[in-house]
Amino acid sequence: MKARLAVDLIACDGRGLCAELLPELIALDDWGYPMLARREVPAALRGEASAAVQLCPKLALRLEAGQAAGS
Amino acid sequence: MTCQVRTGSRLLPGDRTLAGHVARHGTRPWCGDPWQREELIREVERAGLAGRGGAGFPTAAKLRALAAAGAGRPERRVTRVIGNGVEGEPASDKDKVLLAAAPHLVLDGAVAAAELIGAGEVVIVAHQSVCEIVGHAADERQAWGWDPVPVRVVTAAGAFVAGEASAVVHWVERGVATPTGRPPRLDLRPALVQNVETLAHLALILRYGSNWFRSAGSPEEPGSTLITVLGAVRRPGVYEIETGTPVGELIELAGGAAAPLGGLLIGGYSGTWAEPAAALPLPFSPAGLAAAGASPGCGMIAALPRTACGLSETARITRYLARSSAGQCGPCVFGLDAIAGRLERIAAVGRPGAAGRPGRLAAGGGGDVAPVHRWLGQVRGACRHPDGTARMVASALRVFAAEAGLHAGGRCSATSTAAVLPVPSPSPSPGPGPGAGPGPGPGPGEAWP
Repeated sequence: MKARLAVDLIACDGRGLCAELLPELIALDDWGYPMLARREVPAALRGEASAAVQLCPKLALRLEAGQAAGS
Repeated sequence: MTCQVRTGSRLLPGDRTLAGHVARHGTRPWCGDPWQREELIREVERAGLAGRGGAGFPTAAKLRALAAAGAGRPERRVTRVIGNGVEGEPASDKDKVLLAAAPHLVLDGAVAAAELIGAGEVVIVAHQSVCEIVGHAADERQAWGWDPVPVRVVTAAGAFVAGEASAVVHWVERGVATPTGRPPRLDLRPALVQNVETLAHLALILRYGSNWFRSAGSPEEPGSTLITVLGAVRRPGVYEIETGTPVGELIELAGGAAAPLGGLLIGGYSGTWAEPAAALPLPFSPAGLAAAGASPGCGMIAALPRTACGLSETARITRYLARSSAGQCGPCVFGLDAIAGRLERIAAVGRPGAAGRPGRLAAGGGGDVAPVHRWLGQVRGACRHPDGTARMVASALRVFAAEAGLHAGGRCSATSTAAVLPVPSPSPSPGPGPGAGPGPGPGPGEAWP
């Protein structure tokens, strides 16, 4: 079971914590909103990814299990 | 723009009265027998009907998926069919023309879809200019006891993004016309959302069969389709065509080019700019237009005369699209605004009638186009609005590359500054109800022909 990152852009406010905590997978665009380098989270980064999800002040970052349907 | 309905034979010209509609097409196709549902959906599949709202998704696949969604899981059951006649595209008129000309065909299709998937209600969300006509048709049907499910007509919100499928559901359920994202963030009841033209085709397929439907159009994308042609053509208006008709023939159908053409915007304001020479021979179908990186979208073709500046037109449309953001997602709000602003600066350089000498304006900074390319890769959101806008801008920078070069040197090839593509003026609050916004179409007191 692979974990995949997803950003709810309606909830996201561009606080930027996720990019600080998980720079390997998340960069910020010109306006400070997260851009995912890729959605799959390598096993080595599972801990950091969970921390980023839990510390998002807008609850906009989430981890989805497996091959989630849709984009 | 004025609305002229020409040619056509299947959808247009329709009959606004129920008596006339029945005289022409016979009674409503009955799809209520659960044992026949799968066979009827298979007939729609054989017809090859694809959605006419822009995405072009196969209608049968959608019906089948939603019919199955309720099986064993009552909470997932699709409770209503929503006919999407919002048509927020300022340059598109085909859904309004259809709803005004043949409302009963749309309602027949919507009711049939409700029977096919076991939904208990039909809601038609209609552009405010035609809402009264559709409401009248629904009343007439109710008086006749025509439909097995209740039919409601709702006035559409006046905003561009109000026609996005999740925004339509949101509007019907909560009175808020904003997209809800995927997966939906709100607990809205599942609904089948279909463009009104798709529903009209469905009503005809269920009456006349798939072979009849396929007797028009190209084998890969069969049937007829409604298009809106506007800009530098002699007879702008809505036309019913066979899918796959070459773009050049469509321009001829609309009276021919009124001036030498400098560009064609195909598929709506979120569509694709194309070189006229490259696009005119292409079949108007998803596969045909793919050669120019375009798609039929909402069926709009806008012809830009060579006397106009493609960059100025693009900047104006982009500003409108930026203003039309639902305002929910940061990269859409800030990204589209940044792109529109830079395009406006580039377009302003060397414009005929612009104050000051061209050279000095250029020195003042029309602005580099490079950041636009970066921003095009960064705009995104919960719905496809930013993606569509980015696609349109990217195509403009390709097709009008030579013009961009001129502007970088402080010049502009245009001899006219008159706006070609219609853009509604900013309205403070695009709310519900008649008079909500300066939408396209006839003003109060005017009627569709």
